[in-house]
Amino acid sequence: MAATVTHDTLTTDSEQVFDKKTWMGGVEPMKVSYGKLMMWFFLISDTFTFSALLVTYGLIRYSYPAWDPAVFGEVFKFSNLYWPTPEKVYNSVPFLHGVDLPLIFVGIMTFILIFSSVTMVLAVEAGHRMDRKDVEKYMLWTILGGFTFLGSQAWEWSHFIHGTETGTTITELINGQAIQRTIFGANLVENQYGPPAFADLFFFITGFHGTHVFSGVVLNILIFYRASTGLYERRGHYEMVEKVGLYWHFVDLVWVFVFTFFYLV
Amino acid sequence: MATVSANPAIVAHATEHDHHEPQSFWRKYIFSEDHKTIAKQYLISGILWSIIGISLSVMFRLQLGFPNLKLGFLRPVLGSWINETDKLDPDFYLALVTMHGTIMVFFVLTAGLSGTFSNFLIPLQVGARDMASGFLNMLSYWFFFIASVVMFSSMFIETGPAAGGWVIYPPLSALPQAHKGSELGMTLWLISMALFIVSQLLGGINYITTVINLRTRGMSFSKLPLTIWAFLLTAILGLISFPVLLSAALLLIFDRSFGTSFYLSEIYIKGEALPNVGGSPILFQHLFWFLGHPEVYIVILPALGMTSEIIATNARKPIFGYRAMIASMMGIAFLAFIVWAHHMFVTGMNPFLGSIFMFLTLIIAVPSAVKAFNYITTLWRGNIRFTPAMLFSIGLVSFFISGGITGLILGNSALDIQLHDTYFVVAHFHLVMGAASAFGLLAGVYHWFPKMFGRMLDEKLGYVHFWLTFIGIYLVFFPMHYVGIAGFPRRYYAFTSYDFTKNIFADMNAFISLAAIFTFAAQWVFIYNFVNSLIRGKRATQNPWKSNTLEWTTPIIPGHGNWVGEIPAVYRWPYDYSKPGAKDDFIPQNVPYSQTPESNLPHENELISLESEIEAQNLNDQFKQPH
Repeated sequence: MAATVTHDTLTTDSEQVFDKKTWMGGVEPMKVSYGKLMMWFFLISDTFTFSALLVTYGLIRYSYPAWDPAVFGEVFKFSNLYWPTPEKVYNSVPFLHGVDLPLIFVGIMTFILIFSSVTMVLAVEAGHRMDRKDVEKYMLWTILGGFTFLGSQAWEWSHFIHGTETGTTITELINGQAIQRTIFGANLVENQYGPPAFADLFFFITGFHGTHVFSGVVLNILIFYRASTGLYERRGHYEMVEKVGLYWHFVDLVWVFVFTFFYLV
Repeated sequence: MATVSANPAIVAHATEHDHHEPQSFWRKYIFSEDHKTIAKQYLISGILWSIIGISLSVMFRLQLGFPNLKLGFLRPVLGSWINETDKLDPDFYLALVTMHGTIMVFFVLTAGLSGTFSNFLIPLQVGARDMASGFLNMLSYWFFFIASVVMFSSMFIETGPAAGGWVIYPPLSALPQAHKGSELGMTLWLISMALFIVSQLLGGINYITTVINLRTRGMSFSKLPLTIWAFLLTAILGLISFPVLLSAALLLIFDRSFGTSFYLSEIYIKGEALPNVGGSPILFQHLFWFLGHPEVYIVILPALGMTSEIIATNARKPIFGYRAMIASMMGIAFLAFIVWAHHMFVTGMNPFLGSIFMFLTLIIAVPSAVKAFNYITTLWRGNIRFTPAMLFSIGLVSFFISGGITGLILGNSALDIQLHDTYFVVAHFHLVMGAASAFGLLAGVYHWFPKMFGRMLDEKLGYVHFWLTFIGIYLVFFPMHYVGIAGFPRRYYAFTSYDFTKNIFADMNAFISLAAIFTFAAQWVFIYNFVNSLIRGKRATQNPWKSNTLEWTTPIIPGHGNWVGEIPAVYRWPYDYSKPGAKDDFIPQNVPYSQTPESNLPHENELISLESEIEAQNLNDQFKQPH
C-alpha cells in the first residue's frame, strides 16, 4: 500500500530512517504504512485485554493456597481446598490412556503453535521476494498449524470436562447437612480438580485465546485465498501477509504467557 | 521491491480522484466515510444524548429537592415508574442515576466530545485529506450507534435499565435477583458498553495513526496545535484503558449468565446461600477503575486542548508555555494510569498502599496547575475578544480550578474516609470533569461551527447561553459541597428520616434542584441557536476568528479531500499571534518565514533555508496514493 509507493520515491537506505525528515511531516515516519501502524496499535490494546485477564488469574490464584505436602498430606489428590498442581491435571495424551505424561500434550500444542509462527515468518519473507508459490505454501502450513492447535485444544477441553475415571468426592453443606458427592470433570460451576475458580479461569482465558487463534486462522485463510488468486501479485506487494503475520505472532506470544501461568506456575 | 508506479491498476486508481462520481444520499450522509460527516454524526448524536442524559438528572433532582412533590405529571413519560401515590419508584431512581452517569460520561463527553472534534479537527489541523482509514472511521460511528440503540432500548423494558450506578459494582450488578435493574437492563448495559468499546478502539487507532502518518509537510510534532496533542493523548489513553473494561465486562457477563464466580464469593441473598466461592468484588473495582480513572482524562483532555487553541486565538497571544502544556498533558496521561485506587480508599485497602496512591494522586495537581497557570498567563494582558467560544473556554478554566482544588481534598486517603460517596464527590467531579468538559464541548461548537456548517452561531444568544449556564452550574454545585460535607451520601432516594436533614439541608437540596432546572432550561437557548443558525445563520467567512491553524485555509465548506489542489505546507507553529513587527496580528501556519522578514526572529531567519526541503517532502498526500 502506501509504504511501497514511498519506498521507490525515497531511498531505502537504512541510515535515512532516523533522519530529521522522518518526523518533519509530509512523509510516513520510517515508511510504516497506516495499516501496519493500526495493527500495532490494535495489538497494544489487545495486550491490555489479556493483561487484565492474567491479572485476574493471578489475584484469584494467590487467594488460594498451593498444595503443601506438610499440610494436605504426602500424596497429591484433587481437593477444592487448594489450587491443584498443573502437572497432575494436565497429564493425558490421546491414545495413551492411563499413562501419566505430565504436560506432554500441552507441550506438543505449544510447539505446533510456535512452529506455525515460523512458517508465518517464511510466508512473509516469501512475500518480500514476491514469490507467490512460496507464500501459498507457507500460508497453508500456518493454517494447518492453527487448525491443529485448535483441534488439540478441543481435545484438551473435552478431556478436562469429562474428567478422570474415579472422579473426586466433595463434601457440600446443604441446609446445614454435610452431603458427600462424587463429581467428574469440570464446568463453570463445579470442578473435580480443585476450586471452581480454577476451571472458570481455565475455560475463560484459554477460550478467549482460542477465539483469537480462530480469528487468526480465518484471517490466514482469507490471505491465502487472496494470495493464491493473485490479488497481491497484481497489487505489487504482500503487505497484508505481513499485517496478519503480526497478529499471528501476537497470538503466539500471548499463548506463551497463558501457558506459563496455567501450566508452569 | 517491484516498481509500483508502473502498475497500470494503481496509476488508474491514483488519477480517478480528479473526477469523483457524485455519491448517493446514503453514501454521502449516512454511511459516509468522510471525517467531517462522521464528526457531525457524532455531534448530533452527542447533543441528542445530552438532552436525554440531563433530563434524567432533572427527574431525580425533583425527587431529591422536593421529596413530597406529587410527580404524577411525569406519568406520560415514565408510565408506571410513577407509582399510585404519584411518587417516583425508588428502584427507578437508581436507574435514573445510573443512566444519567453512563450517558453523560460515555455517550456525551466521550463519544460526543472526542468523537466529534477528533474526527473533525485531526485531518483538518494536521493537513490530511481524511482519516487514515475512512472505512474503520465509519464503522466506529456505527458501532457507537448500535451501542446507543441498545442502551436506549434498555430504558423501555419492563424491569427498567441498569441500576447499579455507572460503575456497575458487583455483586449488585452480577446477581439478577439482587435488584430489578440487575436483570435484563444490566445485560443490555453490558452489551451496549462492549459495542461502545469496540467503537472507541476503532476510532482511537484511527486518530493515532492519522496524527503519526498523515501530517502535512513541515508539520512536525513541535508544530502541532495543542488540540491535536490533546486528541492524540486522549486516543492513547482510550486505547490502553478501554480493553481492560472490556475484560472486566466479559468476566461480569460470565458471572451473570454462566455461573462463574470471578467477582462473587460467599453471598447470602434473600435468606439463601449462593454456591459461588473464590471470587472478589474488589477485583472488579480494580479492573473498572483502571479504565475509569483514565476515562475522566479522556473526557477532560480534548476539552483542555480545544480551549488552549481558543484562548490563544481570542487573546491574540501565543499560548503561554506551549511545550509545558504538552509536557503537562503527557504527565497527566501517564499519571492517569497509576492512581486508580484512589477511588477505592475505603474498600479495606492496606493504608500503606492507600498512602502510595494518595501520593501519586496529589502529584497530578502539578501538571494540572501548570495548565491552569498557563491559561491565566495567556490571558494576561492579552487583546481579548470575548466571543462566546472564548467565554466558554474561560468558564472551563474557572471550573477546572474550582473543581480541581476539591480534588486535592478527596485525593487524601484520610479525608476520603469522611467524604467518600457523599455529595462532595458529586460536586467535585461534576465541576472538574462534567461541567469543564461540557464547556470545552460547547466552546468547540461555538468556535468551529462556521467550519462545520459554513454559518455563524448567533453571538447574542451565545452570551445569554454562557451566562445562564455558567451561573447555573455554580449555583448547582457550590451548595452541593456543603451537602456533602454534612455527610449526605450519593445515590440515596430520600433523606427524610433524620432530624438534621430536615431543616437547612432540605432547603439547600431544593435550591440545588431549582438551579439544575434553571440550567437545563438555559440549554434550550443553545439548541434553538444551533438549529436556527444551521438554517438562517450568517454566512461564515473563510477565517472568521483570524486563526492560524490549517483548517481555516480550506474552502468555507471543505469538500472531499478538504483542500482544492495541493495540501498547504507548514512552516511555523500555530501561535504566531500579535508578533512584533508583523502587519497583521496573526500569521497562519502556512505562511513561510521568507514572506515575513519584518517579524522574523534571528533563529527563524535561519529556517528559511529549510523551506524548499519542506516543500519537496510531499509524499503522504492520500490523493496521490492508492488506497
